[in-house]
Amino acid sequence: MIKFIAKRLGSGLVVLFVVSVLTFTLLYTSSGSIAQNILGDQATPEQVVLKEQELGLDQPLFVRYFAWLGDALTGNLGASWFTSEPVANSLATRIPVTMTMVFTAMILIAICAALIGVAAAVKRGWVDRVVQIGAIVGDSIPGYVIGVFLVTILAIQLGFFPATSTISPEAGPEAWVYSMTLPVIALLINGVTGGAQQIRSAVIKQLERDYVRTLRSRGIGEREILFKHVLRSAAPAGLTVLSLQLIGMLGGVVIIEQIFALPGMGPLAVAATTQTDLPVVMGVVMYTVVVVIVVNLLVDILNGWLNPKVRVS
Amino acid sequence: MSDSVDSAAVSADSMGLAAKPESGQSGTVVRSTVMRRLLKNPMGIASLVILVTIAALAILAPLIAPFEENFANISKTLAAPDSVNIMGTDSAGRDTWSRLLFGAQLTLLSALLCAGVAIAIGLPAGLIAGYYAGKFEAVSNWVVSILMSLPGLIVLLTIRAAFGPSVWISMIAFGVLISPSYFRLTRTAVQSVRNELYVDAARVSGLSDLSIIARHIFSVVRAPIIIQTAAIAGVAIAIQSGLEFLGLGDPTKATWGVMLSEGFKNVYLTPTLLLWPALAMALTIGGLVLLGNAIRDALEDGEKIKHRKKRALATAESTTPAPAKARQSRKSVAAVDAGTEHHLVKVTNLGVGYPQADGSIKKVVDDVSFHVDRGEILGIVGESGSGKSQTAFSILGLLPDNARIVGGSIQFDGNYTVAPGDDRVSQERLSKLRGKRISYIPQEPMSNLDPAFTIGYQLVTPMVRVLGVSKAEARQRALKLLTDVGIANPERTFNAYPHEVSGGMAQRVLIAGAISCEPDLVIADEPTTALDVTVQADVLDLLRELQQRLNIGVILVTHNFGVVADLCDRVAVMQNGRLVEEGTVREILRNPKEPYTQTLLRSMLEGKTPMTMLVSKAGSAAQSGSAAQKEPVA
Repeated sequence: MIKFIAKRLGSGLVVLFVVSVLTFTLLYTSSGSIAQNILGDQATPEQVVLKEQELGLDQPLFVRYFAWLGDALTGNLGASWFTSEPVANSLATRIPVTMTMVFTAMILIAICAALIGVAAAVKRGWVDRVVQIGAIVGDSIPGYVIGVFLVTILAIQLGFFPATSTISPEAGPEAWVYSMTLPVIALLINGVTGGAQQIRSAVIKQLERDYVRTLRSRGIGEREILFKHVLRSAAPAGLTVLSLQLIGMLGGVVIIEQIFALPGMGPLAVAATTQTDLPVVMGVVMYTVVVVIVVNLLVDILNGWLNPKVRVS
Repeated sequence: MSDSVDSAAVSADSMGLAAKPESGQSGTVVRSTVMRRLLKNPMGIASLVILVTIAALAILAPLIAPFEENFANISKTLAAPDSVNIMGTDSAGRDTWSRLLFGAQLTLLSALLCAGVAIAIGLPAGLIAGYYAGKFEAVSNWVVSILMSLPGLIVLLTIRAAFGPSVWISMIAFGVLISPSYFRLTRTAVQSVRNELYVDAARVSGLSDLSIIARHIFSVVRAPIIIQTAAIAGVAIAIQSGLEFLGLGDPTKATWGVMLSEGFKNVYLTPTLLLWPALAMALTIGGLVLLGNAIRDALEDGEKIKHRKKRALATAESTTPAPAKARQSRKSVAAVDAGTEHHLVKVTNLGVGYPQADGSIKKVVDDVSFHVDRGEILGIVGESGSGKSQTAFSILGLLPDNARIVGGSIQFDGNYTVAPGDDRVSQERLSKLRGKRISYIPQEPMSNLDPAFTIGYQLVTPMVRVLGVSKAEARQRALKLLTDVGIANPERTFNAYPHEVSGGMAQRVLIAGAISCEPDLVIADEPTTALDVTVQADVLDLLRELQQRLNIGVILVTHNFGVVADLCDRVAVMQNGRLVEEGTVREILRNPKEPYTQTLLRSMLEGKTPMTMLVSKAGSAAQSGSAAQKEPVA
């Protein structure tokens, strides 16, 4: 098992390295004159050259990359070109907001999708039909459109919730839950509808397996078969679905935060993108990939625990 | 939003297989019937109407839009709908309806571009990886795993930072990012047909790889790719509009995302501005999702109908609904019943059927009667599709949910498990018997053990549940059972997972499981078919020995007369759901009365060395078997 984890961890680090090289190259070779961009149109050529030297842009690309990498390994991701705030600092203040939202939404998705999906697979009938229709509706309406309508109807028209969710630490947990409700709902609806349908198919597939019939023939009760055997075998498929949803959500949350004016990663990423603030963009990409790699590793470990065959190979 | 990107990719693999029967030269014929089915489906019609309308409006936008997309009438901002601006104007005084039309144009084009790029990369890569495998496949799998772990929107933000605001560049990038879904779909489909006989045949007949791919393999992936494209176009629209909504798009272009954002900014003043772009997006994406579902349904229905036709051919005789006969048989049951309590199992005029879409019931078992006594082995013989397994499963009460008992009764040890007039097996009665008094040995050893639990666990639990013994005692019993079924190192097997033992070993484990709770009746469904010949003989010996020692009744379902000759006391022959002949093994083998039995017997023994291992051990019965071969009518 330890060997298995080490192997997955190793391949995760390789992915991280490859993505960082590609992103760095892409960002620093394609965005025109960065110094000019920062200084504005009035800057003299001398000022531009000075700025380039200050930012180290006169060095060859690979030197700059390895300088960045060396710093990054010590936790220094550089500083914003516009605010001079260290990237690591701005990430550290923003990641908690985003991650609480993403993980709250993920946990709720996992619970709701599993309950609804299993119910649809076992009961069939109307529950199943509702899940099928729900999946179509969920696929048809992007999460941010749902978010926009939640704000318009529940916050602005009816006044049930605050329209913007800027939370101050003093506000207390109640206000926090209150302000997070709408963004989390906007984040999770697509996940629940899509996840429920995929979990339903996974459970149905397992229920049709031969060993389920044999377990029945041995006098094992339906409930034990479902909860101990079928769900365990269907779990890897469910976990894969959830981990893919989480990857998608890391992007989706950017828009949701923008809608609800949340001080998370989203506004930072959008502002850095528009301003071509490359160290910040680089930092956002790295943080995202690290989250994805950690989640994938956790899913692999869980799968290894659930399925002895994976563990051995 | 972008989470649906990835769920679209997940479902890709499952669709790869759905297309399999659509292969070969019959491709165009099948496609036309799929098209017809699509048009019969209200969901298919609705989605096509929606999409065609939107596409038409988009194409005609320059002609029918009353204004230029950026024409602003500054004296008329946020206006309510009137005769000039039928959907009103936005905060810059631009006409909402015109912008919606131009937005449709851009949205559809960008979705097409994205899907086009994704296909251009994913399809050839998937074909090559699936067809040639090897290094290329390994490398592409690795690239795929990287691409799939990147959140779409974050990548697009990076692309925007690098290349500036361009819908086209971002859609090309997104096409690259989402190409794994085509890659995986194509690779899976190609792998599933690569070694099919018709592809081998094409290869042997000298066709080049390229023409094989074009002629045989491409036809397999065509349908799933259409379905996938519908899904991906929807996802592309969602993500592209999301980018525009964030204000990261080209400000000179009218898009639904920009309009949504514009509406959201003015939500306190004119909330209806939100409605139109949201509606346009939901309709377009919804139309694509529905279209994908409708095509999938059309393909799956095709498969079902083909399946049904095949079945119908096999059981053509038994399709005639015979309510009168069923009622008659129910009457006769009561009369037969009185003197038959001593039989362990008695099946009387049993009929099993499956309801069809048109309301009729297709019978797969029709008017079958037999009995089994304690200490007796009854063989049920027939070719596949003869209804022998269905008969066995109705005794176990393990028929599929949609199966119906259409006539007759089953009694076990003097009590009905299926009373005359019941249309389903009583789970209430059978759940008390299963495991405890009736048990089951399946055909395929590996798939009948749960891969996630040790063999020991799977042996111990039924004993704990059924016999109520402690775990420790159940463990002792399980080890003893494993020794009894001839496993040399029971401890090791006990602690092993199913994938760690051989097929023969797994079958012994399943036999041990079947006898673990000391049943009165064991139903063995082709217990040796999946095993090597040498192992087959051992397993049959084991069955016979256990059966004699424990004095249990056995129903042995098989297509192999060798096994029957070796093991059974009596034999019932089934064909097309009916019982054609029943008698002692000696009688049937020596003197088969029915032509079908004669044919079956001849075909079983023809072309085989007279003394297979199974038969050589079978004593007198085997001699009668070989006698039957020499002189079929003794």
